[in-house]
Amino acid sequence: MTAFLQYLGQSTRISFTKLGRASCFLLQILAGILSLLARPRLLLKQLYSVGVLSFLIITISGLFVGMVLSLQGYYTLSDFGAEESLGVMVAASLVRELGPVVSGLLFAGRAGSALTAEIGLMKATEQLSGMEMMAVDPIRRIITPRFVAGLISMPLLAALFSAVGVIGGQMVGCGLLGVDEGAFWSQMQSGIDFKDDIINGVIKSIVFGFVSSWIALFEGYDAIPTSEGVSRATTRTVVNSAFSILGLDFILTALMFGEH
Amino acid sequence: MQHTSTQDTLVGLFVASGIIGLFFLAMQVSNLSSFVSEDSYTITARFANSGGLKIKSPVSAAGVKIGRVTAISFDQKSFYSEVKMSINSKYNALPDDTSASIYTAGLLGEQYVNLDAGGSDTPLKNNGKIEITNSAIILEKALGQFLFKSAEEKK
Repeated sequence: MTAFLQYLGQSTRISFTKLGRASCFLLQILAGILSLLARPRLLLKQLYSVGVLSFLIITISGLFVGMVLSLQGYYTLSDFGAEESLGVMVAASLVRELGPVVSGLLFAGRAGSALTAEIGLMKATEQLSGMEMMAVDPIRRIITPRFVAGLISMPLLAALFSAVGVIGGQMVGCGLLGVDEGAFWSQMQSGIDFKDDIINGVIKSIVFGFVSSWIALFEGYDAIPTSEGVSRATTRTVVNSAFSILGLDFILTALMFGEH
Repeated sequence: MQHTSTQDTLVGLFVASGIIGLFFLAMQVSNLSSFVSEDSYTITARFANSGGLKIKSPVSAAGVKIGRVTAISFDQKSFYSEVKMSINSKYNALPDDTSASIYTAGLLGEQYVNLDAGGSDTPLKNNGKIEITNSAIILEKALGQFLFKSAEEKK
């Protein structure tokens, strides 16, 4: 019994210590943003590896998600003779929820895990401490560019996901299932509000980008510097990012869309 | 060097496609394009009951959408509901004896304000008032009256 209580207290303490370190780490990252402006080339390189390399998986997934939404929505809506509302259904679910959330999950899996593994290996091979020896701050040099790249890429990727998804939904809905194209677009335009839906979706994706890059970078920086430690840290990145994205999505949705 | 410049191009393409995606969402998917640079003027109408009318509900005349509802408030003096509507400036020839009624689109659809033009020569001005109004039809009330009436007829 005492051992159990001890274990409980110990693990609680460890997780709070970790949260404290993560917050401190975040402040250090944010402090480095200004000095990053002097070296935009570092950011560009990270935008390539975080954003451009995630481009393909995001667009292809977006296309298929939009197509499936259209297909599934059509069968349900046609029962009520409301096939014309297919456009607004596809667009609303993509712009409000699926765009930010699914691209956030894909981003955590594609870019987040790569970031953790990269930084964990840098730590394991003592590149980070080597930098410190040369009086180069590894957080400013390595971490901050990656964080800002994640923050910039995520909203762009989520917007791409939604846009491609709407086009995919239109292809299936109007091309395959024979929904009238004019009704598809006009119902969509009258049903989707720029401020309420699109801007809120963009805010969501910025939050998800912030959280998942933070988690990925911290797990890598905090990893036990062995091959096993890095592999565990990578797993934790994906799991924790997925949890935080889905949990935050609920809170953000309740805040943004609750009053209607 | 060759490598870096391809990378630059790819990053540029990525950012551009992201922005195009956002632009597409704003213009093609949402209602932003129908709001861009539209001048409008405001008119007010008082209803005994504005029913399920909401802010942003459409205002139409002869079936054409010409504006939307911008504010609904309860007037403490007359105990009427005061509905403000912003009308597209293109449609500035509505006469000042225009009447307003609240209708429902379809049986279960949303409610909207319908304007019926009168015969006067002077047009409604900005901040003008519509005097003749018909309230929203409350389904429960109408149903109740109907049932009451048919019960009386049976006696």
